Amino acid sequence: MNTGRGFRIARTVVLLTFAAYFALPLLSMADFSTQAKGDAAGRTLDAWKFLIQNESLRSAIIASLLLAVLTVFMMIALLVPTMIWVRLRVPKMSRVVEFLCLLPLTIPALVIVVGISGVYAWVNYLIGDSALTLAFAYTVLVLPYGYRSIDSALSAIDVVTLSEAARSLGANWLTVITRVVMPNIVSGVLSASFVAVALVLGEYTFSSLLHFDTLPVALTAVSKTNASAAVAGSLASIILISLLLMALSFLSRDRLKNSEGLKP
Amino acid sequence: MPFLLFLAIFLIVPTITVLVGSVQDGEGGFTAGNLRALFSDAAISSLTNSVILSGSTALIGAVLGGILAYLIVSLGERSLIRRATLSLCGVLAQFGGVTLAFAFISLLGFSGVMTEALKSSVGIDIYGSGWLFGIKGLIVVYVYFQIPLMVIVFTPALAALRPQWREAAVNLGATTPQFWRYVGFPLLTPAFLGSALLLFANAFAAYATAAVLVSQGSVITPLLIRASLTSEVLLGQRNLGFALALEMVVVVAIVMGLYALLLRRTSRWMR
Amino acid sequence: MIRSTRLAATAVAASVVLLSACAPPADNSNDTVTESGVAASDATTSEDFGGMEALVTAAEKEGELNVIALPPDWANYGEMISAFEAKYDIKINSAQPNAASQDEINAANDLAGTDKAPDVFDLGQSVALANTDMFAPYQVETFDDIPADFKDADGTWVNDYGGYMSIGYDSAKVPDVTSVEDLLGPDFKGSVALNGDPTQAGAAFSGVMMASIANGGSADDIKPGVDFFGDLKKAGNFLPVDPDSATIESGQTPVVIDWDYLGSAAAANVSTWKTVVPPEAIVAGYYYQAVNADAPHPAAARLWQEFLFSDEGQNLWLEGGARPVRGDQMAEAGTIDADLWTALPEVEGAELVVPTNEQTEKAGSYLADNWSKVIS
Repeated sequence: MNTGRGFRIARTVVLLTFAAYFALPLLSMADFSTQAKGDAAGRTLDAWKFLIQNESLRSAIIASLLLAVLTVFMMIALLVPTMIWVRLRVPKMSRVVEFLCLLPLTIPALVIVVGISGVYAWVNYLIGDSALTLAFAYTVLVLPYGYRSIDSALSAIDVVTLSEAARSLGANWLTVITRVVMPNIVSGVLSASFVAVALVLGEYTFSSLLHFDTLPVALTAVSKTNASAAVAGSLASIILISLLLMALSFLSRDRLKNSEGLKP
Repeated sequence: MPFLLFLAIFLIVPTITVLVGSVQDGEGGFTAGNLRALFSDAAISSLTNSVILSGSTALIGAVLGGILAYLIVSLGERSLIRRATLSLCGVLAQFGGVTLAFAFISLLGFSGVMTEALKSSVGIDIYGSGWLFGIKGLIVVYVYFQIPLMVIVFTPALAALRPQWREAAVNLGATTPQFWRYVGFPLLTPAFLGSALLLFANAFAAYATAAVLVSQGSVITPLLIRASLTSEVLLGQRNLGFALALEMVVVVAIVMGLYALLLRRTSRWMR
Repeated sequence: MIRSTRLAATAVAASVVLLSACAPPADNSNDTVTESGVAASDATTSEDFGGMEALVTAAEKEGELNVIALPPDWANYGEMISAFEAKYDIKINSAQPNAASQDEINAANDLAGTDKAPDVFDLGQSVALANTDMFAPYQVETFDDIPADFKDADGTWVNDYGGYMSIGYDSAKVPDVTSVEDLLGPDFKGSVALNGDPTQAGAAFSGVMMASIANGGSADDIKPGVDFFGDLKKAGNFLPVDPDSATIESGQTPVVIDWDYLGSAAAANVSTWKTVVPPEAIVAGYYYQAVNADAPHPAAARLWQEFLFSDEGQNLWLEGGARPVRGDQMAEAGTIDADLWTALPEVEGAELVVPTNEQTEKAGSYLADNWSKVIS
């Protein structure tokens, strides 16, 4: 590839321009949410304090965080055993499973939610109507991302040999999954989890059209009376998601380093 | 087994509900009225706007994202900037929906940071009559997450363009433009087009950002669906909402199908 | 193996589809039975409870009331709710304050049989009249005071409060408005906001209707109104922003077309705000109050109705700038808050227009086909 000096200068300039473009809205969020109201000058953290003090915002934040955790657990509990079982017992089904897991990418969330209210009437009847029931729907939404991460992690290890060895040593299936396979696919599971958390924290389509009070829905409601608080809340969730995804990239960097150490 | 059951309940059933509901009227009888309504002025214009929005942001995102991807790949695999950019793009591509809408309102809205800055320093009013809350605003906002998405999806293809091919071409007497014309672009075109299609589908299916920004007029199809479900002026529109949802599925399915085809062509030489 | 798995999957899917076609059974187990042996959800007057005090006891026993789509600054609902909670030992759960009328019905359907379903509705005309089979008839103690035009004979629905479509504006930012046509002037660039989308919200619909009548249209013909907004957009005067107290205070929406009581409530903090009902186009609208036939708290729902239509409740609405339905009768009886009653904007001029359901439907379909085109 071209590495001449002219190219390098142009590259730096363009990269800086991109950086400025992407940083701009983030910086403006920080600025907007800390501006003092009215004619007062200076900065204030009132909008940020409002996030914690306001009861409906607080419960929405807690609901969203709990939903994220619940979704992650459900996704792992559903995907990992299924994918291991498919690899071990019915390898021919792997294409079917792959297709099914990628289906939510093709069926827009808006379409799913339009048709799901009948299902949710039953869910509310059987399990109650807290916002946490959204975890079922969210697990479907995160399936494509979870599948990709866990699939590539499973491909890197020899699941068949590992599990057969464990079984022949007397382990039952639960032990095989939790104590033999899982520790070896931790980075894949973690990356799936982080993406799931990012998705759940920002998900608006389902929660607004099914009338649940999650963080994005509460932020939109609050924006009608307190725009600064809404912006502060958005920035907070972005910061949280960034931290998670940065941690994720560090983990995969470690894996890159480790696997390179194994190369001859 | 529980996996299939779970998917059946929460994915297949809603989709079938939409399919069936689109040919039903309010009481459960069957009618083609909803499908016919898909060709009404309002539905066609919102579909057109959706296609324009998705197409333009896919194009802009693909070109700009392609440039950004090229630049960071040229930094080499070990570069810190490249890895930081990739993880940053991972964050920004997820930065959709409500948070993105508020970010841009805080920047370009009525009392936005940039609006105020430009007003007080240069006297230009970029807020105008609130273009941010219409389709022009949506285009500007959507590009913000389309570019990172392009970078994430396209970089693997760019990175797989091995320097050895470049060297081989140079050895055979090719100049840089010739390399690109006969080797580089032909190899990259399927990946580029495929990524652009993915961007299109992504923009087409997006709902949250538009739902927060636009409150006047149902300019794009997802907003028309929202209106058909929640309007208190036009009643009995729920089945029209199903028909519109069906329309969305068809469009996205076609686009994703093309994407899958292009992906298969690309992966052949990427190994 | 694969075939049997596929068969199993299809069987599962088919059964789930069948299941999803039917709704879950409704939960009627928590029905309070009153002293006179009538189930609370069937009670049609307070007599069925054995008198007002027995109604209060039954309601307090239920302990909670679910309301929906009641913003605190809409006709002073905030105070209405706290006054009710203070007077009776009942907790009010106020869901989705920014929802529209159709959302209320959707919520009642989606949450049917659960504890969170709405107990009472406050709906716009179209949605109310289209869903009367979801309401339970109930006649409050002051039922006879309400003029016949404003209620259903059995009490299935009752108009609760109303207002006139108005143009509210900040006189410090724009010149005085005397008619709808003024808004096309150059002083109003980027200033005029409509409360909602007329294909979705009743308030916005009436706003377009008002513009239509001011431009030679009528309740049967909303085209001039749509054209007016098209002209407004072309002149650069139309602002596609949803007005609320935040946008009014910040000056983002100096002119708001909305019900008179909403405009004045939102502008409570702007001392230079004026509200005018254009004399050439007077469009009135009343909202409809009803009890959910499947209310999870039937006694509390009925007590709420009694409170709303009592002198105290009606005056609270008046405080919010809305015209309570018993207003004229209370003015005669002297129970109305006289200062507030006379402070309501003067309404005189052309004939009063209240669109019928058929006219609303016809206008609605015209809007559905043409509004987006004109306003985008």
